[in-house]
Amino acid sequence: MTRVLIRGGRLLDPASGLDEVGDLLVEDGRIAAAGGQLDGRAAEVIEAAGAWVAPGFVDLHTHLREPGQEYKEDIASGGRAAAAGGFTTIACMANTQPVNDDPATTDFILDRARQDSPVRVYPVAAATRGLEGKVMTEMVALVGAGAVAFSDDGRTIMDAGVMRRVLAYSRLVGAPVIAHCEDRCLVGEGVVNEGPCSTRLGLPGNPAIAETVMVERDILLAELTGAHLHVAHVSVAGAVEAIRRARERGVNVTAEVTPHHLALTDEETLGFDTHTKVAPPLRSAADVAACRAGLVDGTLDAIATDHAPHAVHEKDQEFTVAPPGMIGLETAVAVVLDLVREGLLSPLELVRRLSTNPARILRRPGGSLARGEPADVVIVDPDRRWTYDPAKGFSKSRNSPWAGKALQGRAIATLVAGRTVYDADRGVLVP
Amino acid sequence: MIGRDLLGIEDLERVDIERILDTAERMREIGQREVKKVPTLRGRTIVNLFFESSTRTRASFEIAGKRLSADVINFSPSTSSLKKQESILDTARTLDAMDLDAVIVRHAVAGVPKRIADELEAPVINAGDGAHEHPTQALLDLLTVRQEKGRIDGLTVAIVGDILHSRVARSNIYGFSKLGAEVRVAAPPTMLPAAVETLGVKAFTSLREALDGADVVMALRIQSERLTGSYFPSVREYSATFGLDRGKLRYAKDGAIVMHPGPVNRGVELSPDLADHRPSVILDQVRNGVAIRMAVLYLFAGRRRRPGLVAEAPKGGSAA
Repeated sequence: MTRVLIRGGRLLDPASGLDEVGDLLVEDGRIAAAGGQLDGRAAEVIEAAGAWVAPGFVDLHTHLREPGQEYKEDIASGGRAAAAGGFTTIACMANTQPVNDDPATTDFILDRARQDSPVRVYPVAAATRGLEGKVMTEMVALVGAGAVAFSDDGRTIMDAGVMRRVLAYSRLVGAPVIAHCEDRCLVGEGVVNEGPCSTRLGLPGNPAIAETVMVERDILLAELTGAHLHVAHVSVAGAVEAIRRARERGVNVTAEVTPHHLALTDEETLGFDTHTKVAPPLRSAADVAACRAGLVDGTLDAIATDHAPHAVHEKDQEFTVAPPGMIGLETAVAVVLDLVREGLLSPLELVRRLSTNPARILRRPGGSLARGEPADVVIVDPDRRWTYDPAKGFSKSRNSPWAGKALQGRAIATLVAGRTVYDADRGVLVP
Repeated sequence: MIGRDLLGIEDLERVDIERILDTAERMREIGQREVKKVPTLRGRTIVNLFFESSTRTRASFEIAGKRLSADVINFSPSTSSLKKQESILDTARTLDAMDLDAVIVRHAVAGVPKRIADELEAPVINAGDGAHEHPTQALLDLLTVRQEKGRIDGLTVAIVGDILHSRVARSNIYGFSKLGAEVRVAAPPTMLPAAVETLGVKAFTSLREALDGADVVMALRIQSERLTGSYFPSVREYSATFGLDRGKLRYAKDGAIVMHPGPVNRGVELSPDLADHRPSVILDQVRNGVAIRMAVLYLFAGRRRRPGLVAEAPKGGSAA
């Protein structure tokens, strides 16, 4: 029997409400005990005094680019970046080449993940074939192969009739439909948030209403069909309010928000830096405040990175041409710790949004330190100061708005099934 | 004081703008000589890097450089870097290795001159980027108005037309505001940028109200790709509501002048009669364009970034 004792950390378990200094004992890859002083004989001991010990973070939204665009990222490098960021489980979106819209591709991703990734990888399959928004995918077969959700992420299913049927059919498999909500007709050519910044920049504006309109539509369709709608990367006040009202009347809708939409406003785009180009775009200060309030009051369930790697030469193009997206796995914790430092969230409530809630949305294990659960654990030093250099990170790409910035707070160890997969001193250890 | 690059009027102080205008006044005289050439920039290499096609602005910069004895090279890469598999920054770095004294950049996408300036040793002069800025156009407009009216301070300037897609509008809004004029914009609601009042202008959807008391009326060109677009229903309706003719000009102050950045769509934004006769000053704008670009090249060329390679400020020549 292998035993690991994590000693003297601040145990944070949102599933049980545990928040106290104590030990965590892992036996054979599962949580054996949490709290108090535990017997560490014959165990590997990890000292965690001064640090948080929490269930590993679960990211509902990553782009791992494999198969097809391995020059940006692959399952190995994305998995390592996740481990270094404190994530033990990541869901990867279907917009690969080929698109993950058939069981063979899902199989391939899971196969690669087993061989190459230090963290658990769950494929999100396309909701429609080829992400074309026309014909739904074989959801039963895809779930059979291991898909955990369905999404045409990156594209909105513009045909409301198709979206209705996708939602209705998803009830057959009980998996959430993750919606990228931007009305493409209202977005038009827009690349930055429509408002004073787009006007100053002279770049086409992407209006907030493009997101709100589509969130409202999808909520109505979820209400009609009874399906589980999960709204990806909420970025505007109108969408937060729409979700809040829908939850009040009992619609089965969950939602996520990214670290960048919680931390950065459209003022970041004023220098034309394509690293600030993302979809949906960075929004106004009022939208950022609304997203933060929505995360605090529980309207937005989860923090998800939308980790979207792109190569340097792709971001080195005209603002309108450069692909949208930013990497986020390695900076997420430091960025969202600001919410704790500003007194908006307790450490326990932050962990709930990084771990317990996203695990619940995926209907997968994780997010808990209860006895018998898989020992997916993160140890976070909330105070550690560091400067982010993407060139020294684990992602293959460097497209981060936090490059060169001083950050505070970092995962110092990550365990998956009781094995240390990342350690701040030694780096990523397995596989 | 003036920075290394000329990327936009937004970045300039009032004194910078006035210095450029004053310098241009002196440059005008060179164009009226029989021998239109001074040796001021002899031995300097200037590249016209035009990613977006242009005849007028490019010619104006070329003539300006040649009148100052600079070697001017025109370089027009195909418009999209995607098609070429070469990024704009690749192009910029390649040019930089040729030790240039100034690079004049035009591009259909906002922000490209800034991105290039961030890479280059040589100073970058923005010759128009998307709907962002067109600083030399605003400078020549300011010069023209100053000549016509004797001042900018206290004037009322109405800019009419496709404000949403216009770099000329943005640069002129900054320029006229910084020099003390009241700036108004008038357009159909579909062609007003979001939160345009944050630029410091009053926005109107009534041409009559916008022109009331205006000293200067500037009509903007409706770009051909928008003539059939969805921003207004038809050329006829646009022309009837926002096109300027002598009748509508009576809303403005007596003696108001009419400007246009060219080329004019006659019968769309300006009546043919108004386009070709006073009080329109369109050809004066063109004439002043060369003087402004001479002043800009004189003030900016050679301000390379790397220490040790910074050229001395150009001296001599009758213009100095």
